[in-house]
Amino acid sequence: MKVQLVELAHARSGDKGDTANIGLIALRKETYPILVREVTTERVKSHFEGICKGDVERFELPNLGALNFLLHESLGGGGTLSLMTDAQGKTFSTALLRMEIEITQDEAQILALS
Amino acid sequence: MKERIRVAAGQGFWGDLPDAPVNQVEGGPIDYLMLDYLAEVTMSIMQKQKARDPSAGYAKDFVPLVRRILPTCVERNIRITANAGGVNVAGCADAVREVARDLGFSGKMRIGIVTGDDIMSRLDEFLTHGIELRNMDTGAPLATVRDRIQSANVYLGAWPMVEALNQNAQIVITGRATDTGLTLAPLIHEFGWSATDWNKLAAGTIAGHIIECGAQASGGNCQYDWQNIPDLANVGFPIAEAAPDGTFVITKHEGAGGRVNIQSVKEQLVYEMGDPHQYITPDCVADFTTIQLEDAGENRVRVFGVKGQPATDSFKVSISYSAGFKAVGTLVYAWPEAYAKAQAADKILRARLDSLGLRFDQVLTEFVGANATHGPLAGPPSADAPEIQLRVGVRSSDKFSVERFTKEIAPLILTGPPAVTGFAGGRPKVEEIVAYWPALIPKELITPKVEVLQV
Repeated sequence: MKVQLVELAHARSGDKGDTANIGLIALRKETYPILVREVTTERVKSHFEGICKGDVERFELPNLGALNFLLHESLGGGGTLSLMTDAQGKTFSTALLRMEIEITQDEAQILALS
Repeated sequence: MKERIRVAAGQGFWGDLPDAPVNQVEGGPIDYLMLDYLAEVTMSIMQKQKARDPSAGYAKDFVPLVRRILPTCVERNIRITANAGGVNVAGCADAVREVARDLGFSGKMRIGIVTGDDIMSRLDEFLTHGIELRNMDTGAPLATVRDRIQSANVYLGAWPMVEALNQNAQIVITGRATDTGLTLAPLIHEFGWSATDWNKLAAGTIAGHIIECGAQASGGNCQYDWQNIPDLANVGFPIAEAAPDGTFVITKHEGAGGRVNIQSVKEQLVYEMGDPHQYITPDCVADFTTIQLEDAGENRVRVFGVKGQPATDSFKVSISYSAGFKAVGTLVYAWPEAYAKAQAADKILRARLDSLGLRFDQVLTEFVGANATHGPLAGPPSADAPEIQLRVGVRSSDKFSVERFTKEIAPLILTGPPAVTGFAGGRPKVEEIVAYWPALIPKELITPKVEVLQV
């Protein structure tokens, strides 16, 4: 079944120059492997089509149940150069939480989502 | 040696809650107050202010704050680390010394000053010796913007501040120092950590990272369960209670609002993170994948297990340079067909800009209420939307073009689609852009300077 990330994770985002970072944090320990499996760099790149113009990098933090994404060339030049309302990428966090991923019936049951 | 040291965060950025540091000092026991004033863009703002007034260029709010809190800080032996000096550390220190004298502390306390971060006057020396100061993001050598540079500062770490604390400074004022160093320095000073005890230095660095953005670790801007975070009106800023072994607890004063829990700390840990295996500071390289968190009671999160690696042989340099001009104009369109009206207005505006033959590096249109934060991910707005704000920004190296743009917004009210308002502020302001250029420099070329002044 399909589920939106906002049901499974919380997030915070920020900037380094023209790169936005998004920390995606599993709400429960059991969810982290699902995030690792489903929220790949390719999925994130296509989710942010038209927004992220560069590469997407992903780092795993199993100790925090979190993934860290770097979305390069996403902030209209970044810092003071950017004309964007969200020049610092503060709302990329919830933009990622819009993503829908596929989970199995078993997983849905474990997470009490079904 | 004390069994634990409490370092309290008082400002997450220049312009943060004015009373937060006062509440940290008065609201419960702390040993150190750390104040982070310098975001990446702050140095360029301060540089602009100093260009207009040579006595400016530091966090001016720091001076009246010292006046408010210094008597209590002296009475309770609370020491202060602050990167409030900006691009004018001496000016800041003079103003603080005057306040301390006014309060009757002449001959009774010392102020530490850390300089040596400002390398503006040495840039040509570096460039002619093959130090190219390439942009860490784009790879371009600094020579490409040499004639437009406005400031150049090295991010100094904790050790110069440790030196000032060792010489009994009550207040340590720095220029461009890392925000994590403001927390790490007191811990090194108190616990006598060695310069190669990488795990402990990494732990103190991570403590600094968690509290450096103020209430972002204690319930502010927290996605997790945000509706139920109590009393943000009186939010307590975070405090790191550190032990000599490098473990620490993140907490806040009892009775203050907000919430410290594992989720609030995790959100702050991932904030502005790059490669979590290598969080590089001048003092060490911290590995965020080793951090362990544990619930240690209400509003208390224990942090342990942190591992670090040796520091690198470079300092990061923050350079600012003039990068043209920009302006942003806005208008608000009301129901019905608010979005369609805003889109039509944008087309009209762009046609006029085109026919004027103006030169822009970028023209960006956003529709606030439809796509300004999540872009196309938000989908089209409801046809019934009560209002949409048209927001158009332009950037150009040609100041005339940007100025001309600012005169084209208001006329849209009488010459474009109907039911439009929101132009009370007058013409948009033309802003000079001072942009950020991150680079690296070998550590051996930089000599931090520590002075400790008697008040």
